Amino acid sequence: MSPRRIAEEAKRKSLDILGVCDHNSAENAAAVSETAGRAGIRVFPGLEITTREEVHLLALFESIDSALSMQEEVYGHLAGENDETAFGRQVIADAEDEVVGFEAKFLLGAVTLSLGSVVESIHALRGLAIAAHVDRRAFGLIGQLGFVPQGLALDALEISPRLAREEARDKVASDLPLVRGSDAHKLQEIGTATTSFFLEDPAIGEVRKALLGVEGRGFAI
Amino acid sequence: MKLSELAGHLGLTEHQSAGRLDVEISGAYASDLLSDVMALSKEKNVWITCQTHENIVAVAKLKNLAAIILVNGRRPDEETLRSAVEERVIIYSTPEPAFLLSGKLYNLLSKGNH
Repeated sequence: MSPRRIAEEAKRKSLDILGVCDHNSAENAAAVSETAGRAGIRVFPGLEITTREEVHLLALFESIDSALSMQEEVYGHLAGENDETAFGRQVIADAEDEVVGFEAKFLLGAVTLSLGSVVESIHALRGLAIAAHVDRRAFGLIGQLGFVPQGLALDALEISPRLAREEARDKVASDLPLVRGSDAHKLQEIGTATTSFFLEDPAIGEVRKALLGVEGRGFAI
Repeated sequence: MKLSELAGHLGLTEHQSAGRLDVEISGAYASDLLSDVMALSKEKNVWITCQTHENIVAVAKLKNLAAIILVNGRRPDEETLRSAVEERVIIYSTPEPAFLLSGKLYNLLSKGNH
Protein backbone atom coordinates (compact mmCIF):
# COMPACT_ATOMS: atom_id res chain seq x y z
CA MET A 1 0.00 0.00 0.00
CA SER A 2 1.29 3.41 -0.95
CA PRO A 3 -0.59 6.72 -1.28
CA ARG A 4 -0.72 6.67 -5.09
CA ARG A 5 -1.73 3.04 -5.28
CA ILE A 6 -4.45 3.54 -2.69
CA ALA A 7 -5.80 6.48 -4.70
CA GLU A 8 -5.68 4.44 -7.96
CA GLU A 9 -7.43 1.48 -6.35
CA ALA A 10 -10.12 3.70 -4.84
CA LYS A 11 -10.66 5.38 -8.22
CA ARG A 12 -10.87 2.00 -9.96
CA LYS A 13 -13.54 0.96 -7.49
CA SER A 14 -15.44 4.24 -7.94
CA LEU A 15 -15.17 5.32 -4.30
CA ASP A 16 -15.85 8.99 -3.51
CA ILE A 17 -14.69 9.10 0.10
CA LEU A 18 -11.92 7.23 1.89
CA GLY A 19 -11.19 7.03 5.60
CA VAL A 20 -7.46 6.61 6.15
CA CYS A 21 -6.70 5.17 9.58
CA ASP A 22 -3.32 3.67 10.30
CA HIS A 23 -2.91 1.94 13.66
CA ASN A 24 -2.40 4.65 16.28
CA SER A 25 -1.08 7.07 13.66
CA ALA A 26 -2.19 9.71 11.16
CA GLU A 27 1.27 10.17 9.72
CA ASN A 28 0.33 8.99 6.20
CA ALA A 29 -3.07 10.61 5.97
CA ALA A 30 -1.85 13.90 4.45
CA ALA A 31 -0.07 12.11 1.61
CA VAL A 32 -3.09 9.97 0.74
CA SER A 33 -5.34 13.01 1.01
CA GLU A 34 -3.17 14.94 -1.43
CA THR A 35 -2.82 12.24 -4.06
CA ALA A 36 -6.43 11.02 -3.77
CA GLY A 37 -7.63 14.63 -3.89
CA ARG A 38 -6.09 14.98 -7.36
CA ALA A 39 -8.30 12.07 -8.45
CA GLY A 40 -11.38 13.77 -6.99
CA ILE A 41 -11.56 11.52 -3.93
CA ARG A 42 -12.15 13.06 -0.51
CA VAL A 43 -10.04 11.63 2.30
CA PHE A 44 -11.10 11.82 5.93
CA PRO A 45 -7.81 11.66 7.82
CA GLY A 46 -7.92 9.55 10.94
CA LEU A 47 -6.44 6.88 13.17
CA GLU A 48 -7.40 3.41 14.32
CA ILE A 49 -6.66 3.78 18.01
CA THR A 50 -6.03 0.79 20.28
CA THR A 51 -7.47 1.83 23.64
CA ARG A 52 -6.42 0.61 27.08
CA GLU A 53 -9.11 -2.10 26.86
CA GLU A 54 -7.48 -3.23 23.56
CA VAL A 55 -10.53 -2.10 21.64
CA HIS A 56 -9.93 -0.74 18.14
CA LEU A 57 -11.58 2.64 17.72
CA LEU A 58 -11.74 4.61 14.47
CA ALA A 59 -11.25 8.36 14.75
CA LEU A 60 -12.14 10.32 11.61
CA PHE A 61 -11.59 14.04 11.19
CA GLU A 62 -12.35 16.89 8.83
CA SER A 63 -8.78 18.16 8.68
CA ILE A 64 -5.24 16.85 8.81
CA ASP A 65 -4.54 19.24 11.70
CA SER A 66 -7.25 17.68 13.86
CA ALA A 67 -5.99 14.19 13.02
CA LEU A 68 -2.46 15.22 13.96
CA SER A 69 -3.69 16.72 17.25
CA MET A 70 -5.27 13.36 18.03
CA GLN A 71 -2.04 11.64 17.03
CA GLU A 72 -0.13 13.84 19.47
CA GLU A 73 -2.36 12.71 22.31
CA VAL A 74 -2.09 9.07 21.23
CA TYR A 75 1.72 9.21 20.93
CA GLY A 76 1.87 10.79 24.39
CA HIS A 77 0.16 7.70 25.81
CA LEU A 78 1.80 5.01 23.71
CA ALA A 79 4.89 3.26 25.04
CA GLY A 80 7.65 1.35 23.27
CA GLU A 81 9.67 1.46 20.09
CA ASN A 82 9.05 -0.60 16.96
CA ASP A 83 11.23 -3.67 16.39
CA GLU A 84 11.64 -3.62 12.60
CA THR A 85 12.92 -7.19 12.40
CA ALA A 86 9.86 -8.53 14.20
CA PHE A 87 7.11 -6.22 12.95
CA GLY A 88 8.49 -4.68 9.78
CA ARG A 89 9.12 -1.06 8.91
CA GLN A 90 6.52 1.60 9.61
CA VAL A 91 6.97 3.66 6.48
CA ILE A 92 6.00 7.31 6.15
CA ALA A 93 5.42 8.29 2.51
CA ASP A 94 4.65 11.47 0.62
CA ALA A 95 2.01 11.98 -2.09
CA GLU A 96 4.49 10.86 -4.78
CA ASP A 97 5.10 7.53 -3.02
CA GLU A 98 8.56 8.63 -1.92
CA VAL A 99 9.60 7.28 1.47
CA VAL A 100 10.20 10.25 3.72
CA GLY A 101 10.77 8.48 7.02
CA PHE A 102 10.08 5.64 9.39
CA GLU A 103 7.91 5.82 12.47
CA ALA A 104 9.86 4.72 15.55
CA LYS A 105 6.87 4.39 17.92
CA PHE A 106 5.47 0.88 18.38
CA LEU A 107 2.16 1.48 16.63
CA LEU A 108 0.73 -1.98 17.34
CA GLY A 109 0.66 -1.25 21.07
CA ALA A 110 -2.25 -0.01 23.17
CA VAL A 111 -2.50 3.51 24.56
CA THR A 112 -2.95 3.96 28.30
CA LEU A 113 -6.16 5.95 27.72
CA SER A 114 -9.58 4.42 28.32
CA LEU A 115 -12.14 3.96 25.57
CA GLY A 116 -14.39 6.60 27.16
CA SER A 117 -11.66 9.22 27.36
CA VAL A 118 -10.51 8.61 23.76
CA VAL A 119 -14.10 9.07 22.53
CA GLU A 120 -14.21 12.37 24.45
CA SER A 121 -10.94 13.54 22.89
CA ILE A 122 -12.15 12.68 19.38
CA HIS A 123 -15.34 14.66 19.95
CA ALA A 124 -13.40 17.60 21.39
CA LEU A 125 -11.66 17.73 17.99
CA ARG A 126 -15.08 17.47 16.27
CA GLY A 127 -14.24 14.05 14.89
CA LEU A 128 -16.30 10.89 14.57
CA ALA A 129 -15.71 7.99 16.98
CA ILE A 130 -16.61 4.64 15.45
CA ALA A 131 -15.93 1.27 17.05
CA ALA A 132 -14.01 -0.72 14.41
CA HIS A 133 -14.96 -4.18 13.09
CA VAL A 134 -17.26 -4.99 15.99
CA ASP A 135 -18.02 -8.40 14.45
CA ARG A 136 -14.39 -9.47 14.93
CA ARG A 137 -13.47 -11.06 18.22
CA ALA A 138 -9.90 -9.78 18.07
CA PHE A 139 -9.83 -6.12 19.13
CA GLY A 140 -13.53 -5.60 18.35
CA LEU A 141 -15.52 -3.71 20.97
CA ILE A 142 -18.02 -6.51 21.59
CA GLY A 143 -15.39 -9.26 21.68
CA GLN A 144 -13.25 -7.33 24.15
CA LEU A 145 -15.95 -5.87 26.38
CA GLY A 146 -18.81 -8.33 25.87
CA PHE A 147 -21.33 -5.72 24.75
CA VAL A 148 -21.50 -2.04 23.84
CA PRO A 149 -21.00 -0.13 27.11
CA GLN A 150 -23.97 1.99 28.17
CA GLY A 151 -23.45 5.71 27.94
CA LEU A 152 -20.48 5.48 25.58
CA ALA A 153 -21.01 8.33 23.09
CA LEU A 154 -20.02 6.46 19.92
CA ASP A 155 -21.18 7.86 16.57
CA ALA A 156 -21.46 4.44 14.95
CA LEU A 157 -20.33 0.82 14.99
CA GLU A 158 -18.41 -0.51 12.00
CA ILE A 159 -18.86 -4.02 10.70
CA SER A 160 -16.22 -5.68 8.54
CA PRO A 161 -16.65 -7.48 5.18
CA ARG A 162 -16.82 -10.78 7.14
CA LEU A 163 -20.38 -9.99 8.16
CA ALA A 164 -22.98 -9.79 5.38
CA ARG A 165 -25.05 -6.63 5.49
CA GLU A 166 -28.29 -8.63 5.77
CA GLU A 167 -27.04 -10.31 8.94
CA ALA A 168 -25.70 -7.15 10.55
CA ARG A 169 -28.76 -6.05 12.52
CA ASP A 170 -29.41 -9.52 13.92
CA LYS A 171 -25.79 -10.16 14.92
CA VAL A 172 -25.00 -6.80 16.49
CA ALA A 173 -27.11 -5.97 19.52
CA SER A 174 -27.09 -2.18 19.62
CA ASP A 175 -29.22 0.80 18.64
CA LEU A 176 -26.19 2.68 17.31
CA PRO A 177 -25.90 3.32 13.57
CA LEU A 178 -24.12 0.46 11.76
CA VAL A 179 -21.68 1.28 8.97
CA ARG A 180 -19.66 -1.12 6.86
CA GLY A 181 -15.99 -0.67 6.11
CA SER A 182 -13.33 -2.75 4.42
CA ASP A 183 -10.74 -2.66 7.25
CA ALA A 184 -8.33 -2.86 4.29
CA HIS A 185 -4.79 -3.83 5.20
CA LYS A 186 -3.95 -4.70 1.59
CA LEU A 187 -4.57 -2.89 -1.69
CA GLN A 188 -7.04 -5.42 -3.08
CA GLU A 189 -9.13 -5.20 0.11
CA ILE A 190 -10.01 -1.55 -0.50
CA GLY A 191 -13.73 -1.19 -1.18
CA THR A 192 -14.62 -4.77 -0.20
CA ALA A 193 -17.21 -3.28 2.15
CA THR A 194 -18.60 0.24 1.80
CA THR A 195 -21.24 2.56 3.18
CA SER A 196 -23.24 4.91 0.96
CA PHE A 197 -23.97 8.38 2.30
CA PHE A 198 -26.43 10.98 1.10
CA LEU A 199 -24.70 14.29 1.82
CA GLU A 200 -24.61 17.91 0.75
CA ASP A 201 -20.79 17.86 0.73
CA PRO A 202 -18.18 15.27 1.62
CA ALA A 203 -17.62 16.69 5.11
CA ILE A 204 -17.45 15.11 8.58
CA GLY A 205 -20.30 17.31 9.84
CA GLU A 206 -22.44 16.02 6.98
CA VAL A 207 -21.57 12.41 7.79
CA ARG A 208 -22.56 13.06 11.39
CA LYS A 209 -25.96 14.33 10.21
CA ALA A 210 -26.32 11.31 7.93
CA LEU A 211 -25.59 8.92 10.81
CA LEU A 212 -28.23 10.68 12.90
CA GLY A 213 -30.61 10.72 9.92
CA VAL A 214 -31.35 14.43 10.25
CA GLU A 215 -31.91 17.30 7.79
CA GLY A 216 -32.59 14.97 4.90
CA ARG A 217 -29.19 13.27 5.12
CA GLY A 218 -28.92 9.54 5.34
CA PHE A 219 -26.82 6.45 4.75
CA ALA A 220 -27.17 2.81 3.74
CA ILE A 221 -24.97 -0.26 4.03
CA MET B 1 -13.61 -22.53 50.24
CA LYS B 2 -15.29 -19.28 51.20
CA LEU B 3 -14.41 -16.13 49.26
CA SER B 4 -13.18 -14.30 52.37
CA GLU B 5 -10.79 -17.17 53.25
CA LEU B 6 -9.46 -17.25 49.70
CA ALA B 7 -8.82 -13.49 49.74
CA GLY B 8 -6.94 -13.88 53.01
CA HIS B 9 -4.77 -16.74 51.73
CA LEU B 10 -3.83 -14.83 48.58
CA GLY B 11 -3.26 -11.50 50.35
CA LEU B 12 -5.60 -9.66 48.01
CA THR B 13 -6.28 -5.93 48.22
CA GLU B 14 -9.95 -5.04 48.66
CA HIS B 15 -11.47 -2.37 46.42
CA GLN B 16 -15.15 -3.17 46.87
CA SER B 17 -15.98 -5.68 49.56
CA ALA B 18 -19.66 -5.05 50.22
CA GLY B 19 -21.39 -8.24 49.14
CA ARG B 20 -21.40 -11.96 49.74
CA LEU B 21 -17.99 -12.62 51.29
CA ASP B 22 -19.15 -15.93 52.74
CA VAL B 23 -20.06 -17.42 49.35
CA GLU B 24 -18.60 -20.88 48.71
CA ILE B 25 -16.62 -20.45 45.51
CA SER B 26 -17.04 -22.98 42.69
CA GLY B 27 -13.68 -22.45 40.98
CA ALA B 28 -12.01 -19.75 38.94
CA TYR B 29 -11.86 -18.43 35.40
CA ALA B 30 -9.02 -16.38 33.88
CA SER B 31 -9.65 -14.31 30.74
CA ASP B 32 -9.49 -10.73 29.47
CA LEU B 33 -12.04 -11.13 26.69
CA LEU B 34 -15.38 -10.29 28.24
CA SER B 35 -17.33 -12.08 25.50
CA ASP B 36 -15.38 -15.22 26.42
CA VAL B 37 -16.10 -14.79 30.13
CA MET B 38 -19.78 -14.34 29.37
CA ALA B 39 -19.73 -17.58 27.41
CA LEU B 40 -17.63 -19.82 29.61
CA SER B 41 -17.37 -18.69 33.23
CA LYS B 42 -19.49 -20.52 35.80
CA GLU B 43 -21.65 -19.28 38.64
CA LYS B 44 -19.67 -18.48 41.83
CA ASN B 45 -16.34 -18.55 39.97
CA VAL B 46 -13.77 -15.94 40.89
CA TRP B 47 -12.69 -14.13 37.73
CA ILE B 48 -9.05 -13.22 37.12
CA THR B 49 -8.49 -10.41 34.62
CA CYS B 50 -6.55 -7.27 33.78
CA GLN B 51 -9.63 -5.53 32.31
CA THR B 52 -10.75 -2.63 34.48
CA HIS B 53 -13.58 -1.23 32.32
CA GLU B 54 -17.03 -0.77 33.86
CA ASN B 55 -18.40 -3.67 31.78
CA ILE B 56 -16.59 -6.16 34.07
CA VAL B 57 -19.17 -5.38 36.77
CA ALA B 58 -22.07 -6.13 34.46
CA VAL B 59 -20.48 -9.40 33.35
CA ALA B 60 -19.80 -10.48 36.95
CA LYS B 61 -23.39 -9.64 37.86
CA LEU B 62 -24.84 -11.36 34.81
CA LYS B 63 -22.89 -14.57 35.43
CA ASN B 64 -23.32 -14.40 39.21
CA LEU B 65 -19.55 -14.59 39.74
CA ALA B 66 -18.19 -14.60 43.30
CA ALA B 67 -15.64 -11.82 42.75
CA ILE B 68 -13.30 -10.14 40.29
CA ILE B 69 -9.54 -10.19 40.91
CA LEU B 70 -7.57 -7.58 38.96
CA VAL B 71 -3.97 -8.57 38.31
CA ASN B 72 -0.69 -6.69 37.73
CA GLY B 73 -1.64 -4.08 40.32
CA ARG B 74 -4.44 -2.71 38.17
CA ARG B 75 -7.11 -0.71 39.90
CA PRO B 76 -10.77 -0.51 38.87
CA ASP B 77 -11.75 2.56 36.80
CA GLU B 78 -13.73 5.17 38.72
CA GLU B 79 -17.03 4.24 37.01
CA THR B 80 -16.24 0.56 37.56
CA LEU B 81 -15.92 1.08 41.29
CA ARG B 82 -19.07 3.15 41.45
CA SER B 83 -21.04 0.54 39.59
CA ALA B 84 -19.51 -2.28 41.71
CA VAL B 85 -20.71 -0.56 44.88
CA GLU B 86 -24.22 -0.26 43.44
CA GLU B 87 -24.34 -3.83 42.21
CA ARG B 88 -22.50 -5.28 45.23
CA VAL B 89 -19.90 -6.91 43.02
CA ILE B 90 -16.75 -7.68 45.00
CA ILE B 91 -13.45 -6.51 43.49
CA TYR B 92 -9.93 -7.34 44.65
CA SER B 93 -6.53 -6.70 43.15
CA THR B 94 -3.07 -8.18 43.41
CA PRO B 95 0.32 -6.95 42.20
CA GLU B 96 0.94 -10.45 40.80
CA PRO B 97 0.43 -11.41 37.14
CA ALA B 98 -2.43 -13.72 36.12
CA PHE B 99 -0.22 -16.79 35.75
CA LEU B 100 1.20 -16.60 39.25
CA LEU B 101 -2.15 -15.87 40.86
CA SER B 102 -3.85 -18.66 38.92
CA GLY B 103 -1.16 -21.11 40.05
CA LYS B 104 -1.59 -20.17 43.69
CA LEU B 105 -5.36 -20.33 43.41
CA TYR B 106 -5.20 -23.70 41.70
CA ASN B 107 -3.10 -25.09 44.54
CA LEU B 108 -5.45 -23.66 47.17
CA LEU B 109 -8.54 -25.06 45.52
CA SER B 110 -7.10 -28.53 44.81
CA LYS B 111 -6.03 -28.87 48.47
CA GLY B 112 -9.64 -28.30 49.45
CA ASN B 113 -10.70 -31.23 47.28
CA HIS B 114 -8.46 -33.85 48.94
